Amino acid sequence: MNVLAEFIRGITRDNPILGLVLGLCPALAVTTSVENAIGMAAGTTFVLVCSNVFISAMRKQIPSAVRLPIFIIIIATFVSIVRMIMEAYMPSMYAALGVFIPLIVVNCIIIGRAEAYANKNAIFPSFIDGLGISAGFLLVLMLIGGIRELLGTGQIVTFGYTMLTLPVNPAVTTMILPPGAFLTIGILMAIVNYQRAKKRARGG
Amino acid sequence: MVEKALFAIFLEGVFIKNFLIIQFLGLCSFVGVTKDVKSAAGMSGAVIFVMAMAATASYLLYTYILVPTGMTFLDLISFIVVIAALVQLVEFVVRKNIPSLYRSLGIYLPLITTNCAVLGVVLLNVQSEYNFMQSVVFGIAAGVGYTIVMLMMASIRERSSFVSIPSSIRGLPQAFLIATMLSLAFVNYFWVIPI
Repeated sequence: MNVLAEFIRGITRDNPILGLVLGLCPALAVTTSVENAIGMAAGTTFVLVCSNVFISAMRKQIPSAVRLPIFIIIIATFVSIVRMIMEAYMPSMYAALGVFIPLIVVNCIIIGRAEAYANKNAIFPSFIDGLGISAGFLLVLMLIGGIRELLGTGQIVTFGYTMLTLPVNPAVTTMILPPGAFLTIGILMAIVNYQRAKKRARGG
Repeated sequence: MVEKALFAIFLEGVFIKNFLIIQFLGLCSFVGVTKDVKSAAGMSGAVIFVMAMAATASYLLYTYILVPTGMTFLDLISFIVVIAALVQLVEFVVRKNIPSLYRSLGIYLPLITTNCAVLGVVLLNVQSEYNFMQSVVFGIAAGVGYTIVMLMMASIRERSSFVSIPSSIRGLPQAFLIATMLSLAFVNYFWVIPI
């Protein structure tokens, strides 16, 4: 098994947001800034990797008739851990992400990967799959967060460091309000569709 | 916590904190089940029902079991189990007593367990420290807001399915662009109401 190819697959073909179209709620709700996007992706990464490894390790013991409730309980346990850690050590981040940290539990990405991948594969591939999917999630969240923060506030400030400043401040406040999220993801998906159609036309 | 009037909570749940296009909860069904008005209506009916019941059941569970025993850290796990059980229960009852309703709602009920809007209502109720009546009203209001937006979205998509647009925009991107317009309207109109 090619480890690198498995990892890259999570970013490109199986990208959770733009490829599989799963887990849209956090991708739109918390991406008002790059900082929030990173925090959200970090929480999701922990839960996804842990649940993938755990479910893969237990896959021979879990009876297939009741596998979904068992997956949900396992995932909910890891989400509770993330929630407590964030509340204790990163209270400002926890407040900014609000209800979306506990809502990782119903994020379709995690249960989707548990059902489609971890339940059928060995521990190490499931671990790599979790990492790859998480990396894809992180990149798309940062992209959306970056576009919205840059256009909405004119600069990107992450953990106290100014990353990027626009020479003229457009300050389209709408971009950091809910409509901006729908607009950004709509345009991103249109671009992805366009690229795919072009690739298909070339016979790739 | 200032005591909020029930009507204010209702308006807030329906418009100002609209679940779909302001808070981004339940987006999977928002883009997945709004291809025609009939299925959007079916899904909305099921959601209102489950949301109101989940708000009631989780309030009782949280206040009378989790808080007295000091196990509030288990809230997430227990809410998930309650919602899943509730959806099953609703399915049984509806199938047995109202078969016609089951035929139209049946396929949407299992989808609701993993709908983040339902868990969202429950968690927001706990977070806002609402009392019993406030929790129930917020649950119903969230469902009504969900229904309004689902029906608007489905009607617009149904009519716009014949317009001629580039093929790469057809489908999901188009749905998101329509959602942008709806969201703009909601943000601009309803954030100015002082409650």
